[in-house]
Amino acid sequence: MIKVYVPKDSAARAVGSDAVADAIEAEAKAQNIAITLIRNGSRGMMWLEPLVEVETPEGRLAYGPVSASDVKALFQSKFLDDGKHPLALGLTEELAYLKNQERLTFARCGITDPLSISDYVAHGGFAGLKKALVKTGAEIVAEVTASGLRGRGGAGFPTGIKWKTVCDLKASQKYVCCNADEGDSGTFADRMVMEGDPFMLVEGMTIAGIAGGATQGFIYIRSEYPDAINVMKDAIRIATKAAWLGHNIQGTEHSFSLEVRRGAGAYICGEETSMLESLEGKRGMVRAKPPIPAIQGLFGKPTIINNVLSFAAVPYIMAEGGAAYKNYGMGRSHGTLPFQLAGNIKHGGLVEKAFGITLGQLINDFGGGTHSGRPLRAVQVGGPLGSYLPASQLNLPMDYESFAANGAMVGHGGVVVFDDTVDMAAQARFAMEFCAIESCGKCTPCRIGSIRGVEVIDRIVAGVERDKNLVLLDDLCQTMVDGSLCAMGGLTPMPVQSAVKHFPEDFDRPAEMVAAE
Amino acid sequence: MSKKHTLIDLNPPKHAIASAISSRYDNKPDALLEILHDIQHEMGYIPEAALPVLAKALNISRAEVHGVVSFYHEFRRKPAGRHVVKMCRAEACQSMGSNELAAAAEKTLKIRFGETTSDGSITLEAVYCLGLCATSPSLLVDERPMGRMTAEKFQALAAELAS
Repeated sequence: MIKVYVPKDSAARAVGSDAVADAIEAEAKAQNIAITLIRNGSRGMMWLEPLVEVETPEGRLAYGPVSASDVKALFQSKFLDDGKHPLALGLTEELAYLKNQERLTFARCGITDPLSISDYVAHGGFAGLKKALVKTGAEIVAEVTASGLRGRGGAGFPTGIKWKTVCDLKASQKYVCCNADEGDSGTFADRMVMEGDPFMLVEGMTIAGIAGGATQGFIYIRSEYPDAINVMKDAIRIATKAAWLGHNIQGTEHSFSLEVRRGAGAYICGEETSMLESLEGKRGMVRAKPPIPAIQGLFGKPTIINNVLSFAAVPYIMAEGGAAYKNYGMGRSHGTLPFQLAGNIKHGGLVEKAFGITLGQLINDFGGGTHSGRPLRAVQVGGPLGSYLPASQLNLPMDYESFAANGAMVGHGGVVVFDDTVDMAAQARFAMEFCAIESCGKCTPCRIGSIRGVEVIDRIVAGVERDKNLVLLDDLCQTMVDGSLCAMGGLTPMPVQSAVKHFPEDFDRPAEMVAAE
Repeated sequence: MSKKHTLIDLNPPKHAIASAISSRYDNKPDALLEILHDIQHEMGYIPEAALPVLAKALNISRAEVHGVVSFYHEFRRKPAGRHVVKMCRAEACQSMGSNELAAAAEKTLKIRFGETTSDGSITLEAVYCLGLCATSPSLLVDERPMGRMTAEKFQALAAELAS
């Protein structure tokens, strides 16, 4: 039976993959052709979605972007047998966008049926957990430490150190919490993992549970991701039934259970202590640190908190060894990062590469420049709290330290491209506005400062005492940096000040131009 | 959810629904967000009548329940339209013209964000990122994702949802 793949990833669904899948099934039935239609995850080439693949002895043939109205013509051109249709792209694996990547975390995404355990195992799944099941917590921690893995949520804290802290503590109960509140605009790697390869997250968290001595885990998923929530819940149910979760995993003495908890539209709950409050059923108010969550986390117990991509990197590290992972990357940024090319970009999608690739290589070589075809003007890296970089900084290597040295951050690897129609004063204003909307309200500089920030930027743009107000804006930003407990207030100045620094002309438009708008 | 006019009200009272949902989670206080999600899923919003019921069931104060309901943008205090459109207003979508799209959507529906159309068909809400950033601008209709949205496509969508 011929296997046909049509992604169920929500980015593919957003451009009509459900209708394509229905049309293919209907047409195959009408023509009496026996096919097996598999709803896979996305390969991450979003401009080609819906990307239909047909399994052949040579490999998978790709067609895209396919719309439901193309399906009849695809069947007429015998697309199941050869790739002669105008939408044919050749063998998927030979597409330069995929071929030039270093996919460790995303090795399986888009290839397997996301909820098939046999598919998962056939493609190397649970190999890491199998090794972990016969190791001590300390041995697992040593392997993760050796890999050089740093927190993929954005802060880049060494994962091994975090795990060691929890591993070394004695407690009646410990927890593992996955931060899947992927709120940064321009990021979708967590979502793709959860929708396209959910057992990898289950496996990574279970390994963390064994390492830290925790028997209960929670995955905190934002409510804006309904598909990811449903797939993860199914994956947990299926894995539990197959004894990869729950009591006595695969007949060993290890037990670990998982539960999905939904967020409720609060960006701040991506901050780890705020997420803990939310998991406890409370307002997502940021906690003061110390105590750090590794010592007093969920319900006051030692807790391993990591981002989806951090946990997702662990099965590879356990299976292949920490050294194999550490071989990738540059400086103190080891391994790979699944970068996400988003916004005004021609070939948007997921590009997993070792650290060290430059921003320009990502945007031009992979991304193909802007979607609009107009010149690129600004790039925001690392989400709404990340800096806006001008075209002149595209030579920056993607590495935690290089970015920090240039007043920017890699964050969760989101790259949002803007063309020359962007108004950078408006973007700076939005950064403050967003902070005002999403602040938990605990720290005054964040809660009130962001509102004052919007007002000051409005005065600058209107030409009211511009120089004085620019000084005031700087002072306000410094107060926010110094006086906020977490990154919300502490990093909002990054997009604001980088916009002022790199695009001063947008803050200094003649008054009559402003009045005319 | 349209209101049914019948002589006998067959719907269980709001507090009974809230109480039943709470017991589904063993009345655990840490499950408050989950409980609120389920209430909103079943009733379209979080009715005021549910608050004291939940406070009692979870053994927390009514102020704490109110605090949670009012903290999270997702929870609605008044009924929504038959369909909820969540439009992304964050940076990646902005780079592809979502601010213009948002203005066009408000004009098409003759409402502002956070409001419901006069015929009760559509509630328009702002969200910040749906993870559909490579096919922006994006929105979610109930739970259906839609990308590469334009003002024209939105008009057609609004007409479809209103019918």
